[in-house]
Amino acid sequence: MRTTPRLLALVTTGCLGVSLAACGSDDKADTAAAGGPVPVAATDTTCEVAKTSVDAGTSVFTITNKGQKVTEFYVYAPGDRVMGEVENIIPGVSRDLHVELPAGSYETACKPGMSGKGIRGALTVAGSSAPLTENAALADATASYSRYVKSQTAALETKTGEFVAAVKAGKVDEAKALFPIARTYWERIEPVAEIFGDLDPRIDGREEVTEEGMKFGGFHRIEKDLWAVPADISKDGPIADQLMTDVKEIVQKANAEKLSPLQLANGAKGLLDEVASGKITGEEDRYSHTDLWDFNANVEGSKAAIASLRPVLEERDPALVKTLDTEFAGVDAALSKYRSGDGWKLHNELSQADLKSLSDAINALAEPISKVAAVIAKPA
Amino acid sequence: MVSRRQALTVAGAAGVAGVAGAAAVAGFDSSAPAPVAVSDAVAFTGAHQAGIVTPAQDRLHFVAFDVITKDRDRLISLLKDWTAAAARMTAGHDAGEIGAVNGQPEAPPDDTGEALGLPPSALTITAGFGPTLFRGADGKDRFGLAAQQPAALSPLPRFTADALDPAISGGDLCIQACANDPQVAVHAIRNLARLGMGVVSVRWSQLGFGRTSSTSAGQATPRNLFGFKDGTRNLKAEETDLLNEHLWVRPGDGPDWMTGGSYLVTRKIRMTVETWDRSSLAEQEAIIGRRKGSGAPLAGTDEFADVDFKAIGADGSPLLPLTSHVRLAHPDTNKGARLLRRGYNFVDGSDGLGRLNAGLFFIAYQRDPRTAFIPIQRSLSGQDDMNEYVRHVSSGLFACPPGLSGASDFWGSALFS
Repeated sequence: MRTTPRLLALVTTGCLGVSLAACGSDDKADTAAAGGPVPVAATDTTCEVAKTSVDAGTSVFTITNKGQKVTEFYVYAPGDRVMGEVENIIPGVSRDLHVELPAGSYETACKPGMSGKGIRGALTVAGSSAPLTENAALADATASYSRYVKSQTAALETKTGEFVAAVKAGKVDEAKALFPIARTYWERIEPVAEIFGDLDPRIDGREEVTEEGMKFGGFHRIEKDLWAVPADISKDGPIADQLMTDVKEIVQKANAEKLSPLQLANGAKGLLDEVASGKITGEEDRYSHTDLWDFNANVEGSKAAIASLRPVLEERDPALVKTLDTEFAGVDAALSKYRSGDGWKLHNELSQADLKSLSDAINALAEPISKVAAVIAKPA
Repeated sequence: MVSRRQALTVAGAAGVAGVAGAAAVAGFDSSAPAPVAVSDAVAFTGAHQAGIVTPAQDRLHFVAFDVITKDRDRLISLLKDWTAAAARMTAGHDAGEIGAVNGQPEAPPDDTGEALGLPPSALTITAGFGPTLFRGADGKDRFGLAAQQPAALSPLPRFTADALDPAISGGDLCIQACANDPQVAVHAIRNLARLGMGVVSVRWSQLGFGRTSSTSAGQATPRNLFGFKDGTRNLKAEETDLLNEHLWVRPGDGPDWMTGGSYLVTRKIRMTVETWDRSSLAEQEAIIGRRKGSGAPLAGTDEFADVDFKAIGADGSPLLPLTSHVRLAHPDTNKGARLLRRGYNFVDGSDGLGRLNAGLFFIAYQRDPRTAFIPIQRSLSGQDDMNEYVRHVSSGLFACPPGLSGASDFWGSALFS
């Protein structure tokens, strides 16, 4: 168990993400908790974690995917605050997660098919743990979100690579299947992406927002060609290459950037505004109609930002946290009606009444979320 | 609390609160003949809700909501928040306690701000409960209120030629905001809708301009978009006995929570004004049953003359045609049924066929629709010559509870107790 000052020192020296918790799975292990790695056997329907109690400090989980679907493994603090995660564990492969856990109650989760709440289990971390000071809690929020960005950008780069490869190989069906999946990682962290000037429009711009002198490229240009009748991606090689270059650049920049707690709060709200203005209307993915993938990813990203801020919010406005939990659950329930396999129904399969129920749920969540920034900004 | 005007002109000052303060800064000329000060505040509390016999203001924003929560306590909590916000706004204050510009810079303001600097403008905010609040479409008791549903609040029957669009009809709750400044009315609805997110969802809303009825003897009779005076024989605020007979729900009429309240019927009536305008003056007057200029009944001398049903013209036919609007809507034709109407003209742009999407947003209050609106509309929908030029596209029925007793009271307090 690291003490609070130590945690603060780590934050201020900027060696986050790696030192606090390794999320990419292949970071070099330092000291595993006593008793060695905890084996996790994941299948498409089960998630067997060998221990339900570990000591405070760094734990190592070794996840083996024995199922048929690609899976993920998470350790959540209350409110689904991600303490550590491993994404994209393909069948037959084992990966390690190194995660530092202060004493408390947690949940583990495997996500076969990489979607939904996952298969949950309780995890108790024994030991003593002094509560963080408010400043330390704010710094920890930034650190926690940086971990999230790191995990999402890694997956974004991988999945965009697969998408680009499929496009260049002329594999239309494969590219179509990968399009909403690659975008999921993008949409979860869009508030970070938007910081970097014209990189965002280059990667994600829609045809009508393309400025004069700028060529229509990125995800949506390829989307247009993929879903044209007949599909024609024969000339999209250079566009795909440029998308990969841009994504790599933004991944690098995003990982170097540290969002302030206030930026996190505004980002959580901004993601819901994205849903309300672009996804509900079907404007975002107008050719593929895969808007609900983006919708869900925006909500997940918003939830992750709020989860990072959760300890501070719990301290300052517990009633607001309760409201947010209720309304996030409301959005998840409203959205879950439109699940289809591991993905989502298409936007044009939803009726106006369906869309209104989603809009109501987003409004119900966005109003209280708009109050988070002021709570965070209040001097401690 | 400072008024919106004071917030801008004497920011930070302790402020003269309330009606007097707002009126003082509105700068009235005391020598001007203004029997009803159009910018003044209307009292929010009283035995009956404001916005019913209140002299009809010039502008309307009406909204119907669906309740989207299953949680009775959240609904009650919203009704309390709404009542408090309505009390503030009708007095000319911001919707929230902090206001549009006095809060923390990182927080969204608790008032949307477009009414800053505007006087109260006689804003009234009137609330009502629809039949579907008590029982859902499946007949289920939604909030433990089913036993409290008045028989008078049963869904309206279908009338001949109804062309109702369900998307702009009905609703679990309604709010009528009337003011002499459209910005003030819209501000009220916008802020209440915002407060309701997560609990209610806007089902439909309607803007109206130009009152089509007078609800006070001090008001001149206005004209609807057919160009005729409308509501000459309306119930008026001064007619206390008639109001008790025809407008306010009395003890024993139904469940006690509605005593002192009134039932509201709304009908959005699209007028095909282009074809109306091509009809001759004589035909228009025969359809309405009044002179277009004076508003006098066809068998009468002036606007307020009694309607003479028996008068026969030179050709031997009744002076007041049997299928004229005035004859069919008249209390004498409908067993004495009376309404308090306070409808508004509307023009919702155009309809894509080069025609104005225009008409009358009909609003009528009554003690019991079963003996008032329903028989009158049955009479009109079957025979009225005007039907050639009108089409009912939306319909609503709401039970508006009695007035608020004070700061701790809220809309529906007796219903939910």
